[in-house]
Amino acid sequence: MLILECPYCGVKAEETELSAGGEAHLKRFGPGSADDDFENYMFARKNPKGVHFERWRHSYGCGKWFLAARCTATLEVFGTYPAQTGEPPADLQAKIKAKRPDWKGY
Amino acid sequence: MKRYSVFAIARQAMSYHQGWERAWRAPEPKKEYDVIIVGAGGHGLATAYYLGKNHGIRNVAIIEKGWLGGGNTGRNTTIIRSNYLQDSSAAIYDKALQLYQGLSQDLNYNVMFSPRGLLMLAQTHHEVRGYLRTVHANQLQGIIKTEWIGPAKVKELVPIMNIDGPRYPVLGALYQAQGGTARHDAVAWGYARACSDMGMDIIQQTEVKGVRTEGGVVRGVETTKGYIGCKKLGIVVAGHSGQVADMAGFRLPVEAVALQALVSEPIKPTIDVVVMANTVHGYMSQSDKGELVIGGGTDSFNNFTQRGSFHHIEETLRALIETFPIISRLKMLRQWGGIVDMTGDRSPIISKTPVGNCFINCGWGTGGFKAIPGSGWAMAELVAKGEPGPLAADFNMWRFREGQFIDESVAAGVAH
Ligand SMILES: Cc1cc2nc3c(=O)[nH]c(=O)nc-3n(C[C@H](O)[C@H](O)[C@H](O)COP(=O)(O)OP(=O)(O)OC[C@H]3O[C@@H](n4cnc5c(N)ncnc54)[C@H](O)[C@@H]3O)c2cc1C
Ligand SMILES: [Zn+2]
Repeated sequence: MLILECPYCGVKAEETELSAGGEAHLKRFGPGSADDDFENYMFARKNPKGVHFERWRHSYGCGKWFLAARCTATLEVFGTYPAQTGEPPADLQAKIKAKRPDWKGY
Repeated sequence: MKRYSVFAIARQAMSYHQGWERAWRAPEPKKEYDVIIVGAGGHGLATAYYLGKNHGIRNVAIIEKGWLGGGNTGRNTTIIRSNYLQDSSAAIYDKALQLYQGLSQDLNYNVMFSPRGLLMLAQTHHEVRGYLRTVHANQLQGIIKTEWIGPAKVKELVPIMNIDGPRYPVLGALYQAQGGTARHDAVAWGYARACSDMGMDIIQQTEVKGVRTEGGVVRGVETTKGYIGCKKLGIVVAGHSGQVADMAGFRLPVEAVALQALVSEPIKPTIDVVVMANTVHGYMSQSDKGELVIGGGTDSFNNFTQRGSFHHIEETLRALIETFPIISRLKMLRQWGGIVDMTGDRSPIISKTPVGNCFINCGWGTGGFKAIPGSGWAMAELVAKGEPGPLAADFNMWRFREGQFIDESVAAGVAH
């Protein structure tokens, strides 16, 4: 059972309390953007076997969206952080790098 | 290859069945092949088989990181049907169904195809409308026999069903009499034996780690057994499609999630059709051993562990119990998961790629077992000719960019 700590209310929520929202930090391309950018934004996903940054919603708790770093090959959770960030926090990236020296980085 | 037959069994009986030969060889890889297929699941093996049978290309290797059929092919609940809404889907799934009908004879291997009939229950008015639309679409396509049946007929076909449950009443069903099941392992084994017999090399326990290209054209693959050259490459690795595509240097609109299934303790024959209930994400059939084979919807998050979360199967069973009250006291024996490759429109990809002579077949997600023969047929044509035939053309990977989706999710919910 997956357990993620909600960075807003501090609750250690288990999976049934949460909804998964897919890859995090997608840069949005709207009308008028290049076809490649729009296609990538809409459909292409990193889908890594390993470190993955993703969106979650604390649906049956405070209701807010937050972000998590998780390993899709072992289900290890590296950490969670608020959604108002353009990229994963530096200390979290350093922590992941220490645990996974092979990780190519964000 | 010695043919399997009733006479062969009789002959072997004389020598205590000691004389059966191995079904496929276990060769060391050669330096180079005309075609390398990555992934010995049903789709990879079928691709190789029809490359040999339909196109005379037999200098082929199929490279598998685990054991053949050990991926989703050997983990699925084996539902076969072809009554899809969209024309391109109906065409390829029905090609597969037609091939399934003669597959045991074609492969000289009993794949235990059992066209016992398949019901997709409508438990909301939205579903009633959706399935009526499918019936009409199938009539227009003119190839698939499918019909809408009312609750009384459903009850007649499946007496154990409670059709007036308060939350999920059965309002009718989409019925395909030709649908059913087959033995999943046998499909992989049958194709493997036939491929090996044509001189193809099935190389198990060998992982593809890299794809070598030169001037944008594929040259070969790096594997755990060293470099192997090839003129053409077919990537058929389901959940790992994104990884292998990454090795070749392109991206895919595919995400990997877990899909689970489970079986009950064996019981006497109680249900002789396959039932899918998409509103509650549950489906069920009874195996020849008597176990009820049950599946549900996918887990929600990206996952490569081949196991899912317990609450998912709990939800599936909780919902199915209203419709099938007799299963409430059954013990469940085994549960497992597979990693399914989900695309943006929930339809597969059979396509050329940005890399020359490199082709991909993936995105079958939760419903590709039923498609194995048709998919292999279409993929073999694509690999052999370098251009897709009519079955594959619409399933190209550029359809997302163009907005030409093959949207089956309307008709089938999540699992199909
Ligand atoms: C629980 C469950 C229930 C399902 N139920 C149904 C159903 O009822 N009806 C239906 O039609 N479909 C169903 N499906 C879907 C169906 O199983 C799949 O669509 C189908 O089996 C996919 O076949 P495949 O050959 O593409 O993939 P797989 O059988 O997964 O084969 C891919 C192979 O590639 C290998 N591979 C991966 N990476 C590498 C690498 N780097 N190097 C070498 N080899 C590699 C893997 O080891 C694997 O053996 C179900 C799936 C699951 C998980
Ligand atoms: Zn919260």
